[in-house]
Order: sequence, then structure tokens, then C-alpha cells
Amino acid sequence: MQKIKPGRFGDFGGQYIPETLMTEVNRLAAAYEHYKNDPAFQAELTTLLNDYAGRPSRLYYAKRMSQDLGGAQIYFKREDLNHTGSHKINNVLGQMLLAQKMGKTRVIAETGAGQHGVATATVAALMGMECEVFMGKVDTERQALNVYRMELLGAKVHAITTGSGVLKDAVNAAMQEWASRVDDTHYVIGSTMGPHPFPTMVRDFQSVISREARAQILEATGKLPAAVVACVGGGSNAIGAFYNFINDKDVRLIGCEAAGKGVNTEQQAATMERGRTGIFHGMKSRFIQNDDGQIAPVYSISAGLDYPGIGPEHVHLAETGRAEYVGITDDEAVDAFEFIAKEEGIICAIESAHAVAYVQKLAPQMAKDQIIICNLSGRGDKDVAAIARYRGVDIHD
Amino acid sequence: MTKLKEVFANKKAFIAFVVAGDPDFAACADNIVALAEAGADLVEIGIPFSDPVADGPVIQAADLRAFAAGSTTEKVFELVAAVRQRTQVPLVFLTYCNLVYQYGYADFFTRCAKLDVAGAIIPDLPLEERDEVKPVAEAHGCQIIPLVTPTTPPERIAKIVAGVDGFIYVVSSMGITGTRDTINTDLGQLVANIRQYTTTPTAIGFGIHTPEQAAQMGAVADGVIVGSAIVDIIGQYGHDAPAHLQTYVKAMRAALPD
Repeated sequence: MQKIKPGRFGDFGGQYIPETLMTEVNRLAAAYEHYKNDPAFQAELTTLLNDYAGRPSRLYYAKRMSQDLGGAQIYFKREDLNHTGSHKINNVLGQMLLAQKMGKTRVIAETGAGQHGVATATVAALMGMECEVFMGKVDTERQALNVYRMELLGAKVHAITTGSGVLKDAVNAAMQEWASRVDDTHYVIGSTMGPHPFPTMVRDFQSVISREARAQILEATGKLPAAVVACVGGGSNAIGAFYNFINDKDVRLIGCEAAGKGVNTEQQAATMERGRTGIFHGMKSRFIQNDDGQIAPVYSISAGLDYPGIGPEHVHLAETGRAEYVGITDDEAVDAFEFIAKEEGIICAIESAHAVAYVQKLAPQMAKDQIIICNLSGRGDKDVAAIARYRGVDIHD
Repeated sequence: MTKLKEVFANKKAFIAFVVAGDPDFAACADNIVALAEAGADLVEIGIPFSDPVADGPVIQAADLRAFAAGSTTEKVFELVAAVRQRTQVPLVFLTYCNLVYQYGYADFFTRCAKLDVAGAIIPDLPLEERDEVKPVAEAHGCQIIPLVTPTTPPERIAKIVAGVDGFIYVVSSMGITGTRDTINTDLGQLVANIRQYTTTPTAIGFGIHTPEQAAQMGAVADGVIVGSAIVDIIGQYGHDAPAHLQTYVKAMRAALPD
């Protein structure tokens, strides 16, 4: 049998990055290998997660929505209530604590919706580190509030105009910046993507979501959920929500990707449905691309899901049949955004609304004694202006 | 001796880089011929990629010009076929891993062999992953040219250069491609580290654009690679580039030590 290399999920993953970054990436992998088994590091991280980020996040029973949909009992894992407003803080605290141990004094990050950039800028302020965030020009416009938040926190935000000016281009720019300055700088990748050790490390830092959720649902109901539902762009909140349920074979794991204006249009970011295996951004995974392998422009109303690839572990989970992936259109996501606001009084992120939209479809088909856990990966304050625009309402933001 | 090693036999090599299809395919063929006639010992042909993460703004702009000219992997092979009617200058490709993967590794290098393309530089294929490509390339008589950078430690250099026949691409400084006025790396030490482990020739690239730099780098390594400066001339002069390229290459060539 062929030896399985570290950082591989089946055939996917690996370290396909320029030699300028390899030595640093290997140093990072070795540091992570050391600190992940270091009780002092883990204790320090837990303290930060609990006292600073507000963990554990609540598992909330959505009674009204469950009744109105008339099927499964719906629970929301409230990552939207974390400090900085999303699950991104879990990974950022972990990586930046590690970066600090490695002697780094400066961090850089890419961001799509701005949530990862805000989390990175926040923890940089907390830890007294220099911070620069790379964000597509288009995204700086649709998420202007988050740009200002990052600047308020002391970070420098670079608006990237190359390519389509979205998340993919921000990742390119951050990788280029890292290649020119590795000595004092750590690149805080925000999703389960990039070269090893990132997909594994980010998954581990996000797996706190399912570690808590599994214990919370057993405590509340005495049983496991029938399904766990989460939105997927690069896939960090989804892998975090899935991870501790992977061995519970009867729990369906469902990732909701952005079908934009329709999965069969060119205006989508539904990588599982429309992509195929390729090599990009440091990993062998699945990407939306043309016949030659040129990475295709993608689209979603949600800046956080507007990415032409997906983390390698998700592709492995899909190919082995352990997880399912479905496409949710802009229209469905916006409807869900409004539905959960009116039903439960929760304004969730437009990314998370993709998961809520699928719960609306799934719950009525299930029995009343079954449970769905839906991960609310972030809060939606940042999206209110964009949703108003989508509905043709002028609110002069 | 492989064709690539011959490039370095008894002289310092001048290696030129162009992006295939920049500014269009006919003009690109003329540029390659002009470079060869002016004394380039090897021409690297870049296959444009949508997301060239190792490249700076000059080469990114050339990629965009090539895409505007309708660049596809197939058209790049047709370009090489046209060039081969006019010159036998040694050629290698420079491209990103996904384009080779999508073409199929075996098909890609079969095509290379047929067109007498001696190898490929694939920036996002480091030591850790190259076994998936290198044996396939070599089975077709092509070489994978590895990169060594200022941060590559000696024990890693030993692994990178092991079993490499062609040449070693020495990255002069960290970051991305593009001209630099000063290069601070101790390249003498870096090349000495490489020579501890191999007799395969070395060529320094990233940032080199002046005859003075060519003289300095040529004294240290077995060759110099010039990319962005050449691509800049093509960007500036368009269809009038060949004459300007010839003047430039002759000046750079003349500055190299014997």
C-alpha cells in the first residue's frame, strides 16, 4: 500500500505552493504538531476562547420555527453570538496564539465577507501584533462596514483589484505578501484550505463547534441529531460543525454551497456541483475551472461563499459518501435570511442563511422526533444594507 | 549530457522568459526567434494562468494580454510548433501545476517531447509533491527544474537537487517575480550550498534586469534568467519589440563573464 502523506484526505490536500513558502510552511507544521499536544497551549487557548470569545456558544432550540415547518426539531448552534460575530474567531485565536509562540510579530489575512479579517484584526489588537488584511475591491464595497471595523481595530486593509476583486484574489495577494516576508509574519488563513498544515489545523481549531454541540444536544435531548447542516465556502464552519459527528454514522452531514443565480448558470460558486479535481491555492481539491484548468470567476450574493474551491477534507467526505452537499440560490438564501429574522428574531449572516434555507426544505420531510442542528456561523448586521439593496430598498447606508 | 546541460557547457547561459501569446501568438513567435538570434541560450515560455501567485504585476499583465489574444494550452503548443519551424533554440515551459494536471501529466510531456521542449518549471510543485510529476516527465525525456530560494536550508537543498538533471533555478530574493534594483541575498553562499550537493548547473532569476546585475550574477552562477525586464519591453513596444529585444539581449549577453 502507498504511504499516506501528512495533510492528505484521501487523494486531496497536499502542499502545492512555491518553494519561497515551503520552509516556513514546514516550520509551521512542526510548531503546530508540537503545540497541539501541549497542555499549557491548549489551556491558554481554552481560556481565550471562553473568557475573550464567549464560548461555549449556545445551542438554541428554535421552537417556533420547528412548529411552523412542522417536521424535525431545529436547534441552532449560535456561533453568531461569539465575540466579533462569527465562528472565525475560533481559528484566529488558535493560529495567532501559535504564531505568537513561533515569535511572529505581524499577521496577514485574506477576507471575503470581512468576518475573518475582523477576527484577525481583533486578536491582533488583543495580542499587540501588526495586522494587514487583503480584501477584494468588490468585497470592500459590499462589506464597507467591516472595512471600517478592521481599520478601527488598527489593521491596514488592502483593496485588491486584480482578477475579479473577490476572495480568490485576496488569497493570491496574501500568499504573495507572505512569500516576500516570512521572517516576522504569519499568514492566518481563514478557512480549511491552502497547503498542509492549514486544512488540518483550521479544522482542529473549528472542531470546538461540534465538540460542544454534540455534548449539548445529548444533554438537552439525550440523543444525537439526524442531520447537521452548515454553509460551505472554503468550508471552515462546516468542517467544525461536522467533525465530531463524523464517526456517528447515522448523523447526516449536509453542506450548503452558494448556487448564486442558479447552479446551472455561470453566476454561482457551487464547487461540489460544478467543479472538478484540480491543484490551486496550495492544495489538490475541487475547483470551478475551464477545460484548460484556468480558475473560473464565481459569484454569490454572499462574499464569504464567493470562492471557486472548497477545502480538501470536504471533497474526501463527499467522495466517500459521508457528507452531502447541496446548492442554495441567492433568492433562497435571502428568503431564509428574512424567515429566520421574523420567526426567531435572529438576523444571521447571509452565508449562514444558505444553511437555514436548506433546513426550511429538509425539516418538513422529517419526523417530529428527529433533530436538525444548523450551524449559525455568523450574525447578519454586516449584510443588512446589502439585503435592503437586493430588495430594492434604499436605506442610504 | 541532456540538452539542458549543454546550454551551460563552456559558457555562462543567458535565459530569457516570455509569456506565450503576449501580445499575440504571431508576435510572440517573432519575439522568441529574435531572442534566440540575439544570443539567448534558452527560452522559457510561460503558459498563462488565471492566478499566477508567484508572479508580480509585469508578468500578470502579460498573462492578461495573452488571454485577450485567446490563449489556451492548445494554442501554446501550436505556438511552439510554429517556433520550431524557425529556430532550434532550447525551450522549457514555465507554468502552474493545475494546467499540466488538467492536460494530463503523460499527455503534456508527450507533447513536450514531440516539440523538443526540454522541461518545465512549475513554481507550485515543491519537493513534497514533485514525485507525482517528475517520473512522468523524465519518462518522456523532459526535466522538472526545481527552485531553491534564500530560505531553503542546506539539508533541504540536498533533497531538492538530488536526481535533478537539467538545471537548478536559484531564486535571488523572496517574494514574487519582478525587477529589483538591489538584491541582498548572499547568492555566493547559496550557490556554494547547492554545489556541495550537485554538479547540475545553476541559474539565478527573480529581479535581474541590468547588465551590471548580469555580470554579478553570472560570476556567481552558471547562468542568469531574465523575465520581467523582457516582458516589460514586449509590453512597451508591442509589435516593434523584436529589434528592442535584440539590443537588450546583446547588451545583457555581453555583460556576462566568459
